[in-house]
Amino acid sequence: MRQAFRSLVGAAALLCSCAQAAEVQVAVAANFAVPLAKVSAAFSAATGHTLKIAAGATGKFYSQIVAGAPFEVLIAADAETPKKLVSEGHAVAGSDFTYAIGKLVLWSAKPDFVDSQGAVLGSGRFAHLAIANPKAAPYGAAALQVIQARGLTEALAPKLVTGQSIAQAFQFVGTGNAELGFVALSQVIAAGPAQGDQRALGGPESKAPGGPAFLPGKAGPGSYWLVPQALYGEIRQDAVLLQRGAGNPAAKALLAYLKSPAAQLVIKSFGYGIDP
Amino acid sequence: MTADDWSAVRLTAQLAALTTLLLLVAGTPVAWWLARTRSRLKPLVAAAVAMPIVLPPTVLGFYLLLLMGPQGPIGQLTQALGLGRLPFSFAGLVVASVLYSMPFVVQPLQQAFEAIPERTLEAAATLRAGPWDRFFSVVLPLARPGFLTASVLGFAHTVGEFGVVLMIGGNIPGVTRVLSVAIYGHVEALEFESAHRLAAGMVVFAMAVLVALYMLGRPTGRAAQGLR
Amino acid sequence: MIEATLRLTRPDFLLDVDLALPGQGVSALFGPSGCGKTTVLRALAGLEHAAGRVALDGEVWQDDARGLFVPTHRRAIGYVIQEAALFPHLDVRGNLDYARRRAGDARVALGPVVELLGIGALMARRPETLSGGERQRVAIARALAAAPRLLLMDEPLAALDAARKAEVLPYLERLHRELSLPIVYVSHAIDEVVRLAHQLVLLEQGRIVAAGALGEVMARLDLPTARGEAAGVVLDAVLAERDAQWQLVRLQVGTDFSVWARDPGHELGRAVRLRLLARDVSLTRAPQTGTSIGNQLRGTVESIADDEHPALTLVRVRVGASPVVARLTRRSAQALGLEAGMAVWAQVKTVALME
Repeated sequence: MRQAFRSLVGAAALLCSCAQAAEVQVAVAANFAVPLAKVSAAFSAATGHTLKIAAGATGKFYSQIVAGAPFEVLIAADAETPKKLVSEGHAVAGSDFTYAIGKLVLWSAKPDFVDSQGAVLGSGRFAHLAIANPKAAPYGAAALQVIQARGLTEALAPKLVTGQSIAQAFQFVGTGNAELGFVALSQVIAAGPAQGDQRALGGPESKAPGGPAFLPGKAGPGSYWLVPQALYGEIRQDAVLLQRGAGNPAAKALLAYLKSPAAQLVIKSFGYGIDP
Repeated sequence: MTADDWSAVRLTAQLAALTTLLLLVAGTPVAWWLARTRSRLKPLVAAAVAMPIVLPPTVLGFYLLLLMGPQGPIGQLTQALGLGRLPFSFAGLVVASVLYSMPFVVQPLQQAFEAIPERTLEAAATLRAGPWDRFFSVVLPLARPGFLTASVLGFAHTVGEFGVVLMIGGNIPGVTRVLSVAIYGHVEALEFESAHRLAAGMVVFAMAVLVALYMLGRPTGRAAQGLR
Repeated sequence: MIEATLRLTRPDFLLDVDLALPGQGVSALFGPSGCGKTTVLRALAGLEHAAGRVALDGEVWQDDARGLFVPTHRRAIGYVIQEAALFPHLDVRGNLDYARRRAGDARVALGPVVELLGIGALMARRPETLSGGERQRVAIARALAAAPRLLLMDEPLAALDAARKAEVLPYLERLHRELSLPIVYVSHAIDEVVRLAHQLVLLEQGRIVAAGALGEVMARLDLPTARGEAAGVVLDAVLAERDAQWQLVRLQVGTDFSVWARDPGHELGRAVRLRLLARDVSLTRAPQTGTSIGNQLRGTVESIADDEHPALTLVRVRVGASPVVARLTRRSAQALGLEAGMAVWAQVKTVALME
């Protein structure tokens, strides 16, 4: 009798702890996938919840969420998409916030090619400049703003090469096919050590988990110019709680965790800014 | 339809036509060799020809991007020849399309050639027809249905090509922004009206070309293979 | 003169032949399936590359010693196979024109060839609509339209049924009668060979077992041709006399003897070919009276040999200059006391006349 009772209690306790440790279905923008993985590890350690992460293009996630995809949290690459989801009723009002501010860089895979003022942009020493599709990616739109600010729109128009995503723009530059490109600082950091404005790297020495080496043994250090924020509109990256996740305490916990100092440190180490 | 969209149509037509033409010319000797050879290398070559069917287009495109880049062998070759680099150019798209659509042209040709009995060619030889003569006077007429199939498949496959073009095209309007990429771009930017319009146009255009090709091929369909 | 020395290794046998065929008339390569006769023909055409030497009337087509090999399309040959291999994308006229256009300086008008093969009514037809016999005639016409100096035929009648064969055979006989073209004819059917050939080459397992004039080879008792139902001699004769009352004709063989046979309707003086099958010939020690067998020939026993069946024996009798072969039981031969040099009378029950 006592045995049975003790087993019952044990089972109940187990059940309770299982109910505590929940799963969160997360859709994350590709450029934040790696930082999220690191955050996720810390989050799980702290709360016992696990994340099921799907990485991809923010625009695609929008279509999928509208069509009923089972995501509970969207960690987007822009601010517009989460706002749109809220206004259309697919996301919980008031739950969206900026978790990171993207930093635009002008990057080349060739060391000593990009100077710290970005003068190379007007130098004409290159044939192709890669950017992300401005209509679909905020980094792309930002790149165009920088080009306009420098008065180079006409001059650079014939040299522009558009990647469908910031990742593809990065590929164009990384393989050397485009000598220059506007990409995200987080991508450059992830690719390995690079020359450039070291002030961008806040916090401890940033050693991102092994970045892509396009050609075996040929992942060069490259060079980049951290574009001053004044030249382009802020690339705010917002996270939002989707309707599907409204009843999931773990989902809410994740969003809260993203605002925590611990998470912010990780985010900054990957080359993002934080909403002050 | 904007001027941009029309140039996408024009580019697609040019790319498909040029690719098909190049493949017919270059693919015919390859298909002939595969159909007729008894060499030990045949399985290897046949497998190499079939590879583009197996590889996902984006994978193929990505590796072409590397190979054609400044550090890749193809890129170094084109630079050495003073041709610059292939990515982001129409020529680069043509090269990629040729590789991507190759099995769809070579295989139907190979099958058509294999269907010609050896004794028919031997008969031609005994009638004083040399190797080139035999090819033009016997092989080509008998293989005509195969050429039709190869043209149709090559053309259609190139029009529908997306992944490879995306990877190495750079989406440059008037140069590498073909229909498939233009439609994708509209969808990504949530410009559905434009996307629908272009997609419909693409379907109509492709249908028109295919119908024309099939009508061209009709007469020889039945009589050509009547050897008993 | 067709000379060919050929050596080739095949999975089932080793081809090793040394041929010297006359530069006119029909030379037949005869033997069982797989004996190499088709290989020899293909080597003459250049479709197979055997080791050795091939020459036609002094024009060398292959000579390994000189490293010479003339490819098929440069040899002035005509080639006919049992499948006809007509071009399906051309009609009959197109097939003939294909050959004629490539004949070069030797080009001749198509009219006579079309006449010869009787295909005038077929010119606009497509190959797949023709019967087997018609297709073969077109194939032969096409080979001739190429103005060849040598005609090679590989079992052209093998794929035809008896009726079609009977339809095409006369055209083949016309060929060797009306053209001065050497023909090499491959067959495993002795009936075709005895009707068409002047020269006979016997092949077995890739080797030449016998070669010579048709009549002589057929008369030999030690060869496979002397076995079975086809055993018998082939003789050349002239239609010498006609007996209108009894519808018989007398056929004069050489200067030595005559036989009587059914009247085939040919004109007097016409050269014909006779076949006397061994099973239709019996022997007597003395001329017979009161027998229905009208043809009795006086001759001398030349040689005696065993037949396939142990009960039977073959006896060759020399009648004048010509051989006649009879098949007897050994008991009868024993009873007659037959031995070489002995005088005997050959009773010929049936004379097969070949048109």
